[in-house]
Amino acid sequence: MVREAGLLGKKRMFEQLANLLVYQMGGLSPESHLGTVLHFFVMDTAKIFVMLIIIIYIMGLFRTLLSPEKVRDYIRGRSKALARTLAVTLGAVTPFCSCSSVPLFIGFVEAGIPLGVTFSFLIASPMINEVAVVLLMGIMGWKLTLLYVIAGLTVAYVGGAAMERFHPERWVEDYVWKIQMGQVVQPAVDTSLQGRHEFAISEVKEIVGRIWLWVLIGIGAGALFHGYFPQSWAESLTGRDNFLAVPMAVILGVPLYSNAVGVIPLAEAMLTKGVAIGTTLALMMSIAAISLPELLILRKVIRLPGLLLFVSVLTIAIILVGWTFNLLSFGGNP
Amino acid sequence: MKYIKVLGSGCANCKATFARIEKVAQEKGVEITLEKVEDMAQIMSYGIMSTPGVVIDGEVVHAGGVPEQKKIEAWL
Repeated sequence: MVREAGLLGKKRMFEQLANLLVYQMGGLSPESHLGTVLHFFVMDTAKIFVMLIIIIYIMGLFRTLLSPEKVRDYIRGRSKALARTLAVTLGAVTPFCSCSSVPLFIGFVEAGIPLGVTFSFLIASPMINEVAVVLLMGIMGWKLTLLYVIAGLTVAYVGGAAMERFHPERWVEDYVWKIQMGQVVQPAVDTSLQGRHEFAISEVKEIVGRIWLWVLIGIGAGALFHGYFPQSWAESLTGRDNFLAVPMAVILGVPLYSNAVGVIPLAEAMLTKGVAIGTTLALMMSIAAISLPELLILRKVIRLPGLLLFVSVLTIAIILVGWTFNLLSFGGNP
Repeated sequence: MKYIKVLGSGCANCKATFARIEKVAQEKGVEITLEKVEDMAQIMSYGIMSTPGVVIDGEVVHAGGVPEQKKIEAWL
């Protein structure tokens, strides 16, 4: 299921490039660990960065119609179930940098949007974004992409709803309630072709500049997993009877942090080694959704007990979703 | 003389915005007063939810992401 033809039919082009550089020019054997590692690294680096630049540029041309300000207007005053559904879906498609989490949080609170709904948005946003989704499709096919999106939306929905049960209002810093927001303004955007092109170029620079290191680390981790990860370890993560595989993957992922895009090569390597889908998805989600930098930013508006609860709720939700996917995939594929 | 404020909680993009405006102003020889606003209550009072934001003479002209060089040149 993983070996479906990718978005780019030119997949082999990158493989040949890696063959040339590593095996022919580098003189390494395809049988050696180092050869396999380097081959994966070169192939994925070339493939992912070329795709990233194309994807971000095209997305930039269409200039996203959504902004957190607009999302806020859509969500405010809706019934809770509708508000949460909107928050989760819009969170997935609205681009926003995690450095904007604090103003976004305050803006939502100020509009009277329930905290649980705000949490759903904050969970969905880093896990699912258009760049990660298109890249996933190109590398692993649409089936796995669909599964990842469904898993992410579920975790965001359930996670936010669970947070609400604990009345997180008591952990919100006092000053947040006192802030008076000014009239929301939407600066005008240039929609001419030239303006779109310039915006798209600046998006490529900005996003690639922000995430390239995470992507390289992800590719490196994937390459190591590919070449050096002992098959017996991989098997301990694959065993269908091994219920601990998913919690292990999630707990491993909590302290690790990467952009959702950076996780993809690692997931790619795990799947080719035969790690179960639910386990792989769980690791991807915990690496992308739970991050120390994001938590430090959120600490400005939420006190420590609230943050610890947030991490626990997310961890549990991801484990449950991972188990469900493993059960479903083993059930359908005996 | 323009009064420009960069709104942002001190993130990397906010610093980049500040530096870029400073650079463009110098290149064009335009005199500006550039100020960083990092206080959250003040930032929110301008009605933006994505940072960095840019305020020129009291008017919000930009929110979210580092503004393009051309855009800054147009402001000045």
